[in-house]
Amino acid sequence: MIVPVPVLEVNNLKVYFRTKRKHFFEVHSHIHAVDGVSLKVEFGKTLGLVGESGSGKTTTGLAIARLVQASSGSVKIMGKEVLGLQGEELRVQRKHIQYVFQDPYSSLNPRLRAGRLVREALDRLKIGHTTERSIRVNELFRQVGLSREHERLFPHQFSGGQRQRLGIARALASHPDLLICDEPVSALDVAVQAQILNLLRRLQKEMGLTYLFISHDLGVVQHMCDEIAVMYVGQIVEQADRISLFKNPMHPYTKGLLASVPSADPNRRKKTQIQIYGEPPSPIDPPLGCRFSSRCQLAEERCHFETPLLRKIKANQKVACHLI
Amino acid sequence: MPDPILSIKNLTVVFKTRSGDVPVIDDVSFSIAPREILGIVGESGCGKTMTSLAIMRLMPEQGKITSGSIRLSGEDLVVASEARMCGLRGNEISMVFQEPMTALNPVFSVGEQIAEVLKTHQGLSNSEAREHAIELLESVKIPLPSQRANDYPHQLSGGMRQRVMIAIALACKPKVLIADEPTTALDVTVQAHIFELLHELRDQTGTSIILITHDMASVAEMAERVMVMYAGRKVEEGPVEEILKNPLHPYTQGLIRCVPHLKETISPERKDLHEIPGIVPPISHFGRNECLFAPRCCFVEDRCLNQRPLDSKRAAKHLTACWQENTNFEKVFA
Ligand SMILES: Nc1ncnc2c1ncn2[C@@H]1O[C@H](COP(=O)(O)OP(=O)(O)OP(=O)(O)O)[C@@H](O)[C@H]1O
Ligand SMILES: Nc1ncnc2c1ncn2[C@@H]1O[C@H](COP(=O)(O)OP(=O)(O)O)[C@@H](O)[C@H]1O
Ligand code: SF4
Ligand code: SF4
Ligand SMILES: [Mg+2]
Ligand SMILES: [Mg+2]
Repeated sequence: MIVPVPVLEVNNLKVYFRTKRKHFFEVHSHIHAVDGVSLKVEFGKTLGLVGESGSGKTTTGLAIARLVQASSGSVKIMGKEVLGLQGEELRVQRKHIQYVFQDPYSSLNPRLRAGRLVREALDRLKIGHTTERSIRVNELFRQVGLSREHERLFPHQFSGGQRQRLGIARALASHPDLLICDEPVSALDVAVQAQILNLLRRLQKEMGLTYLFISHDLGVVQHMCDEIAVMYVGQIVEQADRISLFKNPMHPYTKGLLASVPSADPNRRKKTQIQIYGEPPSPIDPPLGCRFSSRCQLAEERCHFETPLLRKIKANQKVACHLI
Repeated sequence: MPDPILSIKNLTVVFKTRSGDVPVIDDVSFSIAPREILGIVGESGCGKTMTSLAIMRLMPEQGKITSGSIRLSGEDLVVASEARMCGLRGNEISMVFQEPMTALNPVFSVGEQIAEVLKTHQGLSNSEAREHAIELLESVKIPLPSQRANDYPHQLSGGMRQRVMIAIALACKPKVLIADEPTTALDVTVQAHIFELLHELRDQTGTSIILITHDMASVAEMAERVMVMYAGRKVEEGPVEEILKNPLHPYTQGLIRCVPHLKETISPERKDLHEIPGIVPPISHFGRNECLFAPRCCFVEDRCLNQRPLDSKRAAKHLTACWQENTNFEKVFA
């Protein structure tokens, strides 16, 4: 049996940012934005990254896409290490990972017409000949549900949802191996969210796409993702397939997070109780031990100085907690 | 039902725009009882914020109330003088906005800001006001309130800032609190606490709350009754459980069906989400004598394009504005 290479394989990824010093002699502190993250995404699958604001979801995505500098670790795309790449090699690699941002407006040049914006992505990555590129632009517009007429409009003439479609067309221009969607629907109205989520799922099936899907909306994540990793202060505390994670969350943080989500289902509502109080600790030189210990109702003595490792508990479930 | 504390009748708010005068609020009526929590839902641009600003009489320059009444304990706010409104705002009726950072003054500590409200509205002395400010911070569950009182807004997290805003809004025990998307910018863990806090405050003080949100699940969690708005109009109104189980207006049905709800059970197979095609019409279409939802509606018929549907009562407390008697609905919640 041939074991297929995962599209994305991340090992022990760390991204530290230096804090600004107040005076020259002060020692630098570090923001541990991403602190030892390991992930794997197989071809055609969607991995969800969830967690509270500041937990390091975006930074993880940006580091994988080489849009921020990783401090250490390894990121392999189709088996090829990308963290060390420079110059021409990096430019070629960029075709293979594309990023869809939360706010499509700020990521699109307002002075270019929509057709040019998508076209530019092809030009920049030197994909195909002139006529091929025009045909490809037409095709991409059709695939994301925009018409030919839309090619002539400027981004500000688009609605939020149409702009996100444009952002997706642009990202798909280079036939990427991996599409990183960072809160792709958070800025949109619910009705438009459904349109974009359906589009992303349809494109995935039709084009065989692999997604890293970042979101804080657990309902959306449950609908979109095959597997989910829960992040807390730069680390993954639980990772499981969608059924296991939502049916049987094991980490106290995951349980609390799920319990906090309001629900329109009366049966689910009866059971939810708030479990998480307070706020996450600062990611600046975070303390030893379990990072959740300051909010965990089950915390024991050792939780405050022994760091729990992410361990396999079941076939499809990994948890980082001393009690599990 | 007890007499409503706030009763809005046939409210119309007209905006002057380049394409003429348009009603951003178009003949809207609703009321709220003492201690009641009413949710208002709808996509952005449907007039939720304008409705609350009209009640507060804080609309932007180009907006004008052209007809209708807004009665607070019987008194019509539409005809109240500006001086009278100043006396009511903060005392009888308060509002919490989506972005607490813009509503707080960055150069004063949060303790000073709350104390200021107490001094102007209740005539407390400096030391009384400061003491009471700390009590209020405590009542919204801010840890170490006497220390936090000295913090400036930027030193607090988003959730803490929103609590401060709620503390300010509740400083004078208003009869009605309007919370306009108070948790949209916050994490769900924080949102859960803000919701719990609002519930507790209502239970303790009897304040009525209007919760504006775009999230049906938040309405389900928080409110007893819900009003759905579309393009400046009320399209459906009723008890929350009833609306969730048996929504009658195609827009309400769409809002419930298009969301990937977290449910009690999770199924291996995933169907496509229901789509409401298109988007909310531009403001220039508001006010037309037709159903403004028609371009997005799968039940549309001729009459919908020629006449605005009127409110019709379908059950004891369940109103909807739709010409169709039979809008079949694939049930989401049994
Ligand atoms: N360029 C940067 N310089 C310094 N610190 C940064 C930088 N980018 C991110 N951080 C910090 O790294 C941590 C993780 O941030 P990140 O944006 O990845 O979180 P997130 O999980 O995406 O949050 P959100 O849900 O709010 O988008 C935060 O503490 C953030 O303040
Ligand atoms: N200052 C303004 N000038 C012109 N139009 C406005 C202004 N504020 C809001 N509107 C318009 O009024 C309508 C209702 O807006 P709003 O009450 O803010 O909606 P919601 O709160 O439901 O998102 C929208 O179409 C919006 O574009
Ligand atoms: S390791 Fe300890 S503190 Fe951390 S989640 Fe488990 S029980 Fe809680
Ligand atoms: S009135 Fe007609 S167009 Fe409007 S919601 Fe009802 S069926 Fe649809
Ligand atoms: Mg982010
Ligand atoms: Mg609003």
